[in-house]
Amino acid sequence: MTTAIFISLLTSAIRLATPLLLAALAGVYSERSGVVNIALEGIMTSGAFFSVWFTHVTGSAWLGVSMGIVFGIITSSLLAVIAVNLKGNQVIAGTAINLLVTAVVAFLLEIIWHRSGSTPNAPSMLTTNPLKFLEGIPLLGTFFSQLTPFVYIAFLMVGITFFVLWKTPWGLHVRAVGEHPRAADTVGINVYRTRWICVLISGALAGLAGATLSLGTVGLFREGMVAGKGFIALAALVFGKWHPIKTMYACMFFGLFSAFNILAQSFGVDAPTEFLAMIPYVATILVLIGVVGKAQAPKADGEPYEKDEK
Amino acid sequence: MDTILEMHNITKVYPGVTALDNVSISIKKGEVHALIGENGAGKTTLMNILYGLYQPDAGRILLNGKPVSINSPREAIALGIGMVHQHFMLVENFTVAENIVLGHEPRKGLTLDMEAAKASVREVSDRFGLEVDPDARIEDISVGLSQRVEILKALHKGAEILILDEPTAVLTPQEIDDLGEILQNLTKEGKSIIMITHKLKEVLGMSDRVTILRRGKVVGTVQTSETTADELAEMMVGREVNLSSDKAEKTAGEVILSVEHLTVKDHRNLPAVKDVSFEVRQGEILAIAGVDGNGQKELVEAITGLMPTESGKVTLCGKDITGANPRTVIEAGTGHIPQDRQKRGLILQSSLTENLILGYHYRPPFAKNGRMDQVKIAEHGKELIQEFDIRTPNQEVSAGSLSGGNQQKVIIAREFYKDPSLLIAAQPTRGLDVGAIEFVHMRLLEQRDNNKAVLLVSLELDEIMNLADRIAVIYHGQIVGVLDAAQATERKLGLMMAGGTSEDKGDVS
Repeated sequence: MTTAIFISLLTSAIRLATPLLLAALAGVYSERSGVVNIALEGIMTSGAFFSVWFTHVTGSAWLGVSMGIVFGIITSSLLAVIAVNLKGNQVIAGTAINLLVTAVVAFLLEIIWHRSGSTPNAPSMLTTNPLKFLEGIPLLGTFFSQLTPFVYIAFLMVGITFFVLWKTPWGLHVRAVGEHPRAADTVGINVYRTRWICVLISGALAGLAGATLSLGTVGLFREGMVAGKGFIALAALVFGKWHPIKTMYACMFFGLFSAFNILAQSFGVDAPTEFLAMIPYVATILVLIGVVGKAQAPKADGEPYEKDEK
Repeated sequence: MDTILEMHNITKVYPGVTALDNVSISIKKGEVHALIGENGAGKTTLMNILYGLYQPDAGRILLNGKPVSINSPREAIALGIGMVHQHFMLVENFTVAENIVLGHEPRKGLTLDMEAAKASVREVSDRFGLEVDPDARIEDISVGLSQRVEILKALHKGAEILILDEPTAVLTPQEIDDLGEILQNLTKEGKSIIMITHKLKEVLGMSDRVTILRRGKVVGTVQTSETTADELAEMMVGREVNLSSDKAEKTAGEVILSVEHLTVKDHRNLPAVKDVSFEVRQGEILAIAGVDGNGQKELVEAITGLMPTESGKVTLCGKDITGANPRTVIEAGTGHIPQDRQKRGLILQSSLTENLILGYHYRPPFAKNGRMDQVKIAEHGKELIQEFDIRTPNQEVSAGSLSGGNQQKVIIAREFYKDPSLLIAAQPTRGLDVGAIEFVHMRLLEQRDNNKAVLLVSLELDEIMNLADRIAVIYHGQIVGVLDAAQATERKLGLMMAGGTSEDKGDVS
């Protein structure tokens, strides 16, 4: 019995951590190149909505996910134009994108389905384990049976992100651009192009994170379903010191506390549900204050690059 | 020696200013060529043209006898021209090797071949005797080493001509000697070096030839071995420069500033100033001598109210100002030329006019009933710019766009306008050229001759011996002795600065 509870706690933690992890990795790319991505929340909303819409249109959840990613990229290109080319304030640009996406999605809900609040159930979703053979493993089989395709993709992305940013020449360029763009420029690295690419990758991952929330859990889009997860992902990014692997631990930590909360509620723990729902957030704040210490952001994070400044 | 590079009749005009006027210069293979001139003489503009950052309005560049056009740093690098910037272009949290290969990394399949990178860095480092560890992180190494990494970075990209922009400005004396050796190694290997500087001592010690620029024109090119510091200074400034100032005899008057048993803790909460007592009187300059980082900054900031005082007492003109806020200290009669003019002295983004009223901007005639009087403020700015000969296109440009010497003049103008009973000048000539240094020294002496008190904090012994009436030496946060300037010798001061007291000066041999 206890093993069963433990396994369900663990799978639940991992599934709750997955959208955060994808969004936080999105943040790693963008912020390592020097663009603060407050727009994660909005890009996730965009990914969540468009993936459901295109699942309705095409009947295929995978095609839906692809379109979620595409619209994540489109949304993030707005941030890239403002942050990289127009050299606007990145925090304000991100906030504006968050507000814009919320409004556009509400509007499209009206136009397409003549309803507000949520979409109808998608004809297809991605909530089951794609790797059936893993379920044959004794004991761990139950664990794997509860995982979604998104879980595998997210954890695979951690490794890929680490490899790209720390092992390839392009990764060195990205980190140089985020730390000291002028130094990168003087050795012939195109600062603007590097930042553009990173913001677009960030959009793709955050769009995927959004699809995880809609197609990977309930199979529909509901307004407000992102519910601050974009910001929690940003917190995890700081917590994880802008490093993909440490950021993964941070997301797992938050996922675990969220799972505790759900478990406690299902066991009918004698406490107000609002109080239990606070646990993951409070834990995050406490850890941010106490354990992490001084987080060292990329030096040029949030600073537009002016080429001809003397 | 063959000529490797020629720049002919280079002219560069900015709106309102001719930065370079028909400038020609030629560099021989294997020489160290110093390019000197006052701030704003056009040295940096000329080198930025050579490095492809700016385009000249007229003139041509010949490299090995062939005309070239250089449109970007990338093209300059490809032609074998490397630049070591005054502000290093290094990523702090990268390793030496990562910084050096950045932009042209060796690859192994998809990945960056770090081993090959390190090996090639080591190879170049050994060839020129630079002794740089490829695995060290920039944030962990000294400024002198960072500069070597910059040099190595240029060499690694195949530079034949190296431009060094103010290479000694940030170095300690020991590091300057090391740099001299490195330059020798480089020229032995056939590299040519152009060194932008305004420090005459190093020009004489390190270069083969010198080209002097003044207000955008070449004054002349001379063999270093055939010239002297005085001659170079005169060519730079255009008139005879008095590097050692004459002081009138003067007896000190009443006590203006009295510091008693002052203790100050630094930002890490460790005592930086320990039980320090001294007085500054009317009509005297008291200099605080010492190696940087011995509590000078904390001492000045505690007196001026920028830092809290732990214990002790500070009295100014009979008024207790211990732990008072900066405005109270200013109103009690203090002028302050801060050590870091860009951080503490000016608001770089603001105009000269605005910078020139800081500290009394809230008082009549500049402000009345909570409103600023823009007309009065503008007049005030114009007057000070004229009086202190601040070289600027107009008074509305930002303070950050001026050269260091002119920035310092802005601060001096503002602080002198207060007519302070006590003037605190912390490293007032740091980074300035000879003309500007002379100006600052003259002004400080003028203050003393007007019967005001001056507290001078300086790291330059020459400056202290030149100006001070009395010299207090600070070591590890304590005053180890106070000497009359007449008794002080460089040797005596040097010993005290290293922790000896004035009493055991006779015993050390």
